Amino acid sequence: MRQLRLAKDLMDRDWADPALDLEAVADRAGYSRYHFLRAFKEAYGETPRQYLTHRRIERAEDLLRTADLSVTEICHLVGFSSVGTFSARFKARTGLTPSEYRAKHVGRGAALIPGCYAMLWAGGFRRSEQSNSGEAG
Amino acid sequence: MIKGLAITTVWVLDQDRAKEFYTQKLGLEVRTDMTMGDGGMRWLTVGAPDQPDVELTLMVPGPPAMDPESAEMMKKLVAKGALGAGVLATDDIHGDYKRLKDRGVEFLQEPQERPYGTEALFRDDSGNWFSFTQRREGGLDFEKEWS
Repeated sequence: MRQLRLAKDLMDRDWADPALDLEAVADRAGYSRYHFLRAFKEAYGETPRQYLTHRRIERAEDLLRTADLSVTEICHLVGFSSVGTFSARFKARTGLTPSEYRAKHVGRGAALIPGCYAMLWAGGFRRSEQSNSGEAG
Repeated sequence: MIKGLAITTVWVLDQDRAKEFYTQKLGLEVRTDMTMGDGGMRWLTVGAPDQPDVELTLMVPGPPAMDPESAEMMKKLVAKGALGAGVLATDDIHGDYKRLKDRGVEFLQEPQERPYGTEALFRDDSGNWFSFTQRREGGLDFEKEWS
């Protein structure tokens, strides 16, 4: 379990790194890849890749709401290398394309939540489908 | 009249290892380490040298406080990293960050500027996360972004 936690912490720390390689994460956790996926999912409710995507999309939501950056810039900032993939993943998770999401939330700043909570809990664990407005990054 | 916080519990997975971590790595002092009765509960508390009236009790989930099923759930929550155990204050966040890191403490976040001060995050050896913060003089900075 400690190894799984280390792997998750690594993703929480380095989620923006496009080169963050889940093979390496599994290696570091000292599991075979297959067993790592299963054990991680059992502990955290998502596979490592889903978890990482989840963190990246949530971060992108924050940036779309609060930052004066283009969708392409945000896509790269949160660690996606392809805008197409980013938009598809974003829509799958939020139901909106990045541009639609931004239009909907324009002018709404991030809520006041201390960074530690935002970092740890903005998607740290699986939740029921609920609105993410109200979380800073 | 409530006078303040005296003791609060941090759930750990192993008291010997926790004792070593909280003293050797974090630099807290042991206040009490005793076993109550024959084979009874081990009461282990630590605290900061500069704050003699506040202690953390390092407890392993289990009887008498907890039934086995609850204890198992609690241990799992601690191990998976779901629980935060508090905010520890420092007057030298950058220096302490380096010292703790050099001793092998797992940091989740290096020191970052926040409206309430400069904050890093680390875990103890069981999995509890702590905020490690040098508070901003003069209170909250309402001009600062929260992200």
